Amino acid sequence: MEMSEIIKVTNEFLVDEFEVDGDTITPEADLKETLDMDSLDYVDLVVVIESNFGFKVKPEDFKDIVTFQDFYNYLAANTTK
Amino acid sequence: MKRVVITGLGIYSCLGKNIEEVKDSLYNGKSGIVVDENRKTLGFRSYLTGMVERPNLKGMLPRRMRVSLPEQGEYAYLSTVEALKMAGMDQDYLDTHETGILFGNDSSAKSVIEATDTLREKKDTTLLGSGSVFQTMNSTVTMNLSTIFKLKGVNFTISGACASGSHAIGMGYLLVKNGLQERVICGGAQEINMESMGNFDALSAFSIRMDDPAKASRPFDKDRDGLIPSGGSATVIIESYESAVERGATILGELIGYGFSSNGAHISTPTMEGPARAMELALKDAGIDAGEVDYVNAHATSTPIGDMNEAKAIYEVFGKSNPLVSSTKSMTGHECWMAGASEIVYSMLMMQHSFVAPNINLENPDEDSQKLNLAAKTVDKNIDVFLSNSFGFGGTNAALIVKKIK
Repeated sequence: MEMSEIIKVTNEFLVDEFEVDGDTITPEADLKETLDMDSLDYVDLVVVIESNFGFKVKPEDFKDIVTFQDFYNYLAANTTK
Repeated sequence: MKRVVITGLGIYSCLGKNIEEVKDSLYNGKSGIVVDENRKTLGFRSYLTGMVERPNLKGMLPRRMRVSLPEQGEYAYLSTVEALKMAGMDQDYLDTHETGILFGNDSSAKSVIEATDTLREKKDTTLLGSGSVFQTMNSTVTMNLSTIFKLKGVNFTISGACASGSHAIGMGYLLVKNGLQERVICGGAQEINMESMGNFDALSAFSIRMDDPAKASRPFDKDRDGLIPSGGSATVIIESYESAVERGATILGELIGYGFSSNGAHISTPTMEGPARAMELALKDAGIDAGEVDYVNAHATSTPIGDMNEAKAIYEVFGKSNPLVSSTKSMTGHECWMAGASEIVYSMLMMQHSFVAPNINLENPDEDSQKLNLAAKTVDKNIDVFLSNSFGFGGTNAALIVKKIK
């Protein structure tokens, strides 16, 4: 999957399913601050990542992800699709 | 003891998505029964069902609240929004006045089945998502609505098979009557998806009159061949008379009697004695004579033995005065866990608008039904007092009596 496709798919599910304001999603923005998700939301994020990118997120993986660009890079490095 | 009044009604059923639509359907004897061809794929004997559109709550509720709601929870949210609006209770009022919730619900089958399918396929519990656990529990309706409306009073679900909704209102009535709660949101909710009805279809209890769905539900009629599953949600707001008067609410009726009993017999075959006892206890609780009841909303589901035993029970209790009787299930099908609450809403609409809704498809009453004063057509009539019956598997019975406040 190309990076542009990863960004498109990710932004779409964040806007459609997690109701994040699309204008706040920029590569430099802080992921956790922007998403403002609780522990239950993270469970759902694991589900959509598995469904869209074909791999299972480990909770500790989120430690090193700060910005949206970090998140896209992480998805690109692990996707099986 | 406190007087208990009804100040709000809400409904989302196969007869309409709100009070106004449902009132018109009831008056016009409109059936909500359809054929669901998808049931063929799962080997159903009957493809008949009451049909309710699944609402889209996006924009009405945030994602966190939506993901925890199963199908019947979505219906219950809408019927409760309507009932609270009618009662004049906004979020500010609920935030400052302790309000309870008691709903009848006895399954959340589709959510359980979907979670099990996912678990077996993925072999990873995380992939069930965060909403599944809250969707699958029997208390799903009350746990979700109490969170959405930030309720601070009594909060639990009543599972009493097809009398669940009726017992929920009855329990709310007892709490308010005894001064333990000032106001309770009561109701009943029922999923309509086919997965939830497979094991009921297995009992061959459903009608197979698939060539004419609107004629399939025929309570008290000789040519009935079984019930039709249905669903949706109904909400009834009850509160103490003092609370209603203090806040200037419109009082729609007074709940004056609740009778309950258990047959102590077969798990699925009803008796005559158990229901008769529930009706007599409701009359005793209300402190009225049978002759004061103007209308009986029968439980009658369109099964031969159930209808027969109820007809005998109604005749035993009400034979002398012979009030008008009808089963709204002739139009709705059997709304199961919701039925006890929805039939209070239907009967309240009849009382408010002075008519008795018809027992449609009653063409050839059987021997026991002939003794009753059945309304085969809509009857324009003042109703001062009505009684509503609900019975369920395991022989659980409930009868509620409501009186008009003049």
